[in-house]
Formats: sequence, structure tokens, C-alpha cells
Amino acid sequence: METKDQNILSVRGLHVQVRTQEGFSTLVQNINFEMNKGKILGLVGESGSGKTVTSMSIVQLHDKKNMDIRGSITLHGKELNGLENREIRKIRGKDIAFIMQNPMNAFTPVFTIGHQFIETIKSHTFLNKKQAKELAIEVMESVDLPNPDKLLKNYPFQLSGGMLQRVMISMAACLQPSVIIADEPSTALDLHSQLLVLRLLDKVRSEYGTSILLISHDLGVISELADDVIVMQNGRIVESANVLDLFDAPQHEYTKKLLRTRPTLYSQKQPYTYML
Amino acid sequence: MSLLQAKQVSFSYNSKKLFKGNDQTNKILNEISFTIEEGSCLGLIGTSGAGKSTLGKVVLGIQRPQQGQVLFQGHDIFHANKATKQQIRRNLQVVFQDSFSAVNPRMTAERIISEPLENYEKLTVGEQRKKVIELLERVGLNKKDLNKYPHQFSGGQLQRINIARAIALKPKLIVLDESVSSLDMVTQSLILELLSELKDDYGLSYLFITHDIKAAFSISDQIGVLEKGELIELYDSKDQFFSSKHPVVKRLRDSILAEHPRFRTLQRQTLVKKQISLGEEHLKDERKR
Repeated sequence: METKDQNILSVRGLHVQVRTQEGFSTLVQNINFEMNKGKILGLVGESGSGKTVTSMSIVQLHDKKNMDIRGSITLHGKELNGLENREIRKIRGKDIAFIMQNPMNAFTPVFTIGHQFIETIKSHTFLNKKQAKELAIEVMESVDLPNPDKLLKNYPFQLSGGMLQRVMISMAACLQPSVIIADEPSTALDLHSQLLVLRLLDKVRSEYGTSILLISHDLGVISELADDVIVMQNGRIVESANVLDLFDAPQHEYTKKLLRTRPTLYSQKQPYTYML
Repeated sequence: MSLLQAKQVSFSYNSKKLFKGNDQTNKILNEISFTIEEGSCLGLIGTSGAGKSTLGKVVLGIQRPQQGQVLFQGHDIFHANKATKQQIRRNLQVVFQDSFSAVNPRMTAERIISEPLENYEKLTVGEQRKKVIELLERVGLNKKDLNKYPHQFSGGQLQRINIARAIALKPKLIVLDESVSSLDMVTQSLILELLSELKDDYGLSYLFITHDIKAAFSISDQIGVLEKGELIELYDSKDQFFSSKHPVVKRLRDSILAEHPRFRTLQRQTLVKKQISLGEEHLKDERKR
């Protein structure tokens, strides 16, 4: 029974096809994975391997007219696939939060961050405006964002990409979702803000026990944060393993190739001690 | 004679206040000096806002610095006569980060690549086409791609077309401004490989601007660290970079992501000697394999 409680989200036999002029074309096939409480699952693959298609079918963001999604996606035992729009909207943002690659596009530029933050909280809870603002500030403080009061009064274009992404994460975390899907959360950022964003995700995980699906093509990000890793290629899962096992002893040829081709700083002469 | 020499280059943007107050000057670059030798690559790293891209623009002659000189093969690029300037432009090329906005969406690959050829080399139609095909093949594309439009290529392929356009005139120096940053890791390593091949084949020099330290080290002979418009240190080797005591360099070094989950940045500070030796043993095992 206890193992069942640990399992938050499970995807079984996911198969996504898109309708084209020549018939159906398969985007991803036979995707199976499970996400456990408080764990970070890394999803690696090159562009076009189906990472984003997989994550978008979890929150049912695909165009249903032209897409055929088969298989089962369950959150706490509840089936999400094929759910009506009205139903799934209650889950998006509240139970499953989505963090996109480009925070500038994820916010609307015409309202302040505070406005958008409070709107998100109000649409999922019964809090009034004042309470929502208090909650927003409380969450932002807990994740070490400086001057939350001031931040909320800013417009998205007044903040840097790194800062905006951190606001985005605190926004995702404030409703304490069971799952956060982070699609390339740090790819567009420079080195230092990248690290801050990753630390923040780690903090959200340990503070709220959220499970995180971390999608990235950067093996550095994966090795920094993930507990388990899934490797995708051409719409299929080619390997899934514990992160240490994957880096120590990759099984599939493609994983080996990925590990071999990444740029590295370690030389034979001075290996890992470089980092200290 | 060195290929490119920057002497005490300072650059600032002026922002005019519309209603009241004095004009403000934002100093972007502060007395920066460096040289690039023929056939070598200088990597510039730094966080966003450090002035890396502005320095790239100054070197290209797009932005005129308030102070200092940029010498290309001994000629000051801002005070050269027209003929010299044309020669300099021919030998100085650039590849930007965003491959889609660097090309005209209404031109085919052939027209994109033949543009510099039309400007500088008087070739017949047949010769030009042959040359373009040659260039396409050099960067790993083929004849079939000649008549495709930018939206029909992937980001990595389009970046290859940008590179083909940059090498079309066999230039001396190419400024690579975050050219590999938005590509996924497989494409990134392929493009880096292509760049270092081209460097050897044509004797090219690069100014490689990036925030990705790993990519910078994989291609550069020299590394410069830029922070708030100052060139903090220049290194000839990795060891110098890793043994530097400068706080900015230290911060950069600390934010390099782990390459192995056993060495996550959070653990790095608290890592004890025992684990270090463990890591070394692990590497020995790896080498045996």
C-alpha cells in the first residue's frame, strides 16, 4: 500500500500521433514511466526526440482535433487522458504546474507580475486578493527571492530572464502541486542564473515534496539534479536508469554516444579534482 | 604581425533623458586590450551583461569605440581608406546565435550563401553554383538543400548555412557570438567539431564569445574572462583558469554544472578527501574500460 502512495504520476503505453496530409505520423510511442513523491525524473534527448510532446500530453495541451493520444496517464490514480477541458483546467496549475523554457513568453507583458501571480492563486483557491498576495510573498521569501514586495510591482520586461524564471518557479510552487514539469528551465540562461534556478527547483522539491519532471538536453543539468533519468531518441525511450548508474555504466549505444560527445573539462591528467 | 589587436578599447552607450536631468553614460567596455594571432582562437566568457557581444561588435567595426584602437593586420579598422576597409570586411566575418534572424526568410540557401560571393568575386553563374555546392558539402549539407528556404531547415542546419556563408570568401577571422548556445548538445558538439576542422583547413582565427565554459575550452587556445566591461584575466591553458584566485573567476568556476552526479555543485564545497580519491579510482576504472 505504501508503495502505491509514493507513486504520484504514471504514464502507461503513451502513443501520440499527429494527422498530416498523408495520414497519421507517429511522434512518440510506447512511453512508460512513473514519478515518485519528492523525486526528480530527468528526461534527456536531442531536439525532436519527443521530450516536449510527452510532457505536453501529460497536461493535455495538444490540439485534440489533429492529435491522437493513446495510452493512460494517471495522477493519484485518476485518469487524465481524454479528460474534458473544464476538468483538466482544474488540474493544470494546481496539481501539475508547467515551467517553460522562455519565461519572457510565459508572462504577458501588459500586466505586472503581481497581477498575474495573484490571478493564478485566485483562480485555484478561495483566497481573496489580500490573502493571495500574502501567500505570494510568503512563497517568494521561502525560496530566497530578494524584495518580493518590489518584484510583484514590476512588469516582466523589467526583470532579467534568470529572475523571471525564478519568479515563475515560485509561482508554480505556491499552489503546492504534486508535479512540476520543467521544460528546459535553465537553457536560455547564463551560467550563474542557471545554477540559481536549479538550486531553486531542488529547494521546492525538498520543501514541498513535489515531484519534478526535468526536461533538458544538457547532461550537466541532469547530472546536477535528477534522481532517475529517461533517455529518449526518435520518440522512444531507449534507456531509463538511476542517474548514477546511467553515468557510470550506460547500457544503450545512444546514451554512450551522448556521454561521449559532450564537451568536457576533465583531462586525463587532472580528473574530477578540478571541480574543487 | 598579429592578426587582430585591440588596444585600450573603451565603449559606452549614451542614454539621453527625455525631460530632465543629465545625460547618462553607461560604460560597457573599459580599456580592453588583447591580440589574436593567425590561426588561433580566443574564447571570451562572462555572464550576461558583461559586454561580450559589444566587444564582438567593436571588433567587427559595427560599433565605434570612444577610445582605443582595433588593428586588423596592422590597419586601424575605423580609420582605414575605402579600399582597405573593403578588404577588412572581406576578411572579417560573423556568425550569430539566432540563426533564423541572421538570414532573409525569403531567400533560398543558395542565395544566402552566394550573397558575399556576388559582392566580392565576379563569378559566372555556373562557377558560383559550383562554389555554393562545394561550401554546402563542406559544412555537411548537400545539393538538395540549394533551393530550400530557412524555415525548411532545423536550427542546427541553418547554423551550418550561416557558417558556410561566413567561410565563403575564405576570411581570416570569424567572430562567433554565442553561435552554438541555442543548439542541443549533439548538434552543438557537431558544430564545434566542424568549426575546429575549418580552423585547421583554412587557417582561420576565431573570436569565440560564449557563456558556456565547456564549449569555450573545447575550441579555444586562449580564454579571456570578461566581467562588467573589464577583461579580468587571460589564460593560455585550462590549468591557469582553474588555479586562478580571482573572485569572479571563482564564481564562474563554481557555477559550472557537474559532469557526473557524484560531483554536484552543492556537494562540491563539502566534499571530503576520501570522495576525491574515490572519484579518481572511478576514473581509472573508466580508462581501463
